[in-house]
Amino acid sequence: MTTTDSGPATGLDAEGLRTRVAEFLADHDPATSDRLEFLRARFDAGLAWVHFPAGLGGLDAARELQSVVDAEFAAAGAPDNNPRRIGIGLGMAAPTILAFGSEELKKRLLRPLWTGEEVWCQLFSEPGAGSDLAALATRAVRDAGGEWVVNGQKVWTSSAHTAQWAILVTRTDPDVPKHQGMTYFVLDMTQPGVEVRPLRQITGEAEFNEVFLTDVRIPDAHRLGEVGAGWQVARTTLMNERVAIGGNAQPREGGMVGKVTQTWRERPELRTPELHDRLLRLWVEAEAFRLAGSRLRQQLAVGQPGPEGSGMKLAFARVAQALAALELELLGEAALRYDDWTMRRPELVDFTGRQAGYRYLRSKGNSIEGGTSEVLRNIIAERVLGLPAEPRTDTAVAWKDLPR
Amino acid sequence: MTTADLLYSDVETDLRASVRDLLGDRCSPESLLARVESDEPYDMDLWRTLARDLGTAGLAVPEELGGQGASERELALVLEELGGAVAPVPFLGSAVLATAAVARCDAADTEVAALLRGLASGERTGALAVALSTMTDAPFPTSVSASADGTLSGTAGSVADGTVADVFVVPATGPDGPGLYAVDASAAEVHAPVSFDLTRRIADVTFRGAPAVRLAAGERAERALSHALRTGAGLLASEQLGVAQWCLDETVRYIKGRYQFGRPVGSFQALKHRVADLWLELVAARAAARYAADTLARGDDDAPVAVAMAQSYCSDTAVHAAEECIQLHGGIGMTWEHPAHLYLKRAKASQVAFGAPGRHRAVLGELVDLPA
Repeated sequence: MTTTDSGPATGLDAEGLRTRVAEFLADHDPATSDRLEFLRARFDAGLAWVHFPAGLGGLDAARELQSVVDAEFAAAGAPDNNPRRIGIGLGMAAPTILAFGSEELKKRLLRPLWTGEEVWCQLFSEPGAGSDLAALATRAVRDAGGEWVVNGQKVWTSSAHTAQWAILVTRTDPDVPKHQGMTYFVLDMTQPGVEVRPLRQITGEAEFNEVFLTDVRIPDAHRLGEVGAGWQVARTTLMNERVAIGGNAQPREGGMVGKVTQTWRERPELRTPELHDRLLRLWVEAEAFRLAGSRLRQQLAVGQPGPEGSGMKLAFARVAQALAALELELLGEAALRYDDWTMRRPELVDFTGRQAGYRYLRSKGNSIEGGTSEVLRNIIAERVLGLPAEPRTDTAVAWKDLPR
Repeated sequence: MTTADLLYSDVETDLRASVRDLLGDRCSPESLLARVESDEPYDMDLWRTLARDLGTAGLAVPEELGGQGASERELALVLEELGGAVAPVPFLGSAVLATAAVARCDAADTEVAALLRGLASGERTGALAVALSTMTDAPFPTSVSASADGTLSGTAGSVADGTVADVFVVPATGPDGPGLYAVDASAAEVHAPVSFDLTRRIADVTFRGAPAVRLAAGERAERALSHALRTGAGLLASEQLGVAQWCLDETVRYIKGRYQFGRPVGSFQALKHRVADLWLELVAARAAARYAADTLARGDDDAPVAVAMAQSYCSDTAVHAAEECIQLHGGIGMTWEHPAHLYLKRAKASQVAFGAPGRHRAVLGELVDLPA
């Protein structure tokens, strides 16, 4: 079950949506409205995410029409909800809450999620459960009053230090095979027992956090899906993550390649024949995958999605890493310096930001975060090419008996 | 840069199905292996069906000149299918190279119009008398010279599909500069060296005072030749994509069914990751090849960039796919009886065609302001 499909679009087409936006803007002048009031009203008018149901910020329209609405608001100079700051809420929590949450939860959570009043984070990965997420060990035990008590440690949590809410997967039954004994919750991050510590990374800064959960209480009403069905719910979240990482339209030389070509053009004294051919190889690769992304979007636009999307993140990581590495070699002496190792907590992360040393180090994460390149290759091999899975030794054994 | 259409239209998909059906019936790997060592390495019956009955020889020629009035996009699609079958037909030499060169001559000239009609209808089979390895930006060739009496002398080596051509389109330099000429194959000495590529042969073509018809002179001849080379290079990317796709499909099929250590070898991650990477290369190669075909079809200003990029990328993709195909097949991939070697030979020879990938990258560097 997933909400990522366009589904049967009801009623409104692009023109109808433009009319709705125009009517809304007539009543809410962006120039004079309070930002938050404007965003709340936009949500209430169903113009937040048009493919969501009416009453929950949408109009049951086709998903691909969202860009029409966004363009109209942008053209009117309307404030937006700063989507990059709340990406986890928009891209992962919201579709999961919509698919599995009770009506009360949807009403309570979705509006402040979309407006950005409440930031969300994701408590999935653990020190012992990375690519093998289903091995996770954070325990949730139901007490006599029906509430859940949670103990464990999560890791690689971006925004945990600013988040009001989290989506959380826990182990509720260690006596059954690992995929069967999990349960999914939304967690109020302000609860006692939630401790957030910055996780400093190789760049010197801390985009992410470790989250320690000690006797944290969660009401049963904050459960998404059935007890023991946490894996199915988590899959919905992760499928939406991949949709979100699918990649946006870029101009030629957009992204990392543009950084290196800029240096190449500005610093002719650094050029060597070997670097030249490598640069052009990577330019070609970046451009070919940029075109592949355009082709993918053209396929989606005519309703013929191909499997190409599975590979776009894999390609992105490889090309970005190779380009960032090349840039340091090109820079020579300047590559011996770094801008700043001071521990900081950046609000936004820009893979192509700061300077070359940072870009090189940060790019190393591209092949790990959101599914390692190795896992992605397995997915392509098995789901796209239909090759058999590796024999598994961990799916029929009780979770508590797995080697670890 | 206009937005390029990188998809296959319904008409293109229908055309693909027709060509694929024909090749499925008439160009099996077994028959190919028998043919490559016979006296008739080319299947001229298949070529006639493809060129005349399906009308593919004149796809990019205007209808008023006897063609189909389609474009380079459709030629590219046919090449994809021909690459997938390593079909032994002179499509690249005749329907692409010779036809593209003649199409840039003045069709008001009756000789030009007649030759173009002949090529477009498949009644005549042409070859462009330059080495297949000629780089798209190479200087006008000087190995054949034209005399004042209009006859040609000299040799063009390594001419693609030259052994089955009945007419050569020959760039030659005469007393008044470069010219493009047509020479009847009966007036040329055609020698067939042993070709590395078994399914697309080369020929060394020698002219000794051969009677010739001048199709274009001066700058027009130079432009016609460079147009033909650029079109050939850009569309070859689609053939390379077809080669790569066959190699990937066949490899995946094989490793699903090949058991070692008690399980399909395709269940080992060491192999799965290699074919996943290959699949990903094909995703990009398809986008690059479609972009080249589309920009050529529209005469887009970005076509030179698109061609250089597509050649650089798709050449290497085809070779990588064919090499992986051999390796992942293990011992059987190294045998003569398995067709994988036909694809490796085509892939490697095509990588060199119109200049090796590094040459295209050097050209690209100039085009996109990334100079050495």
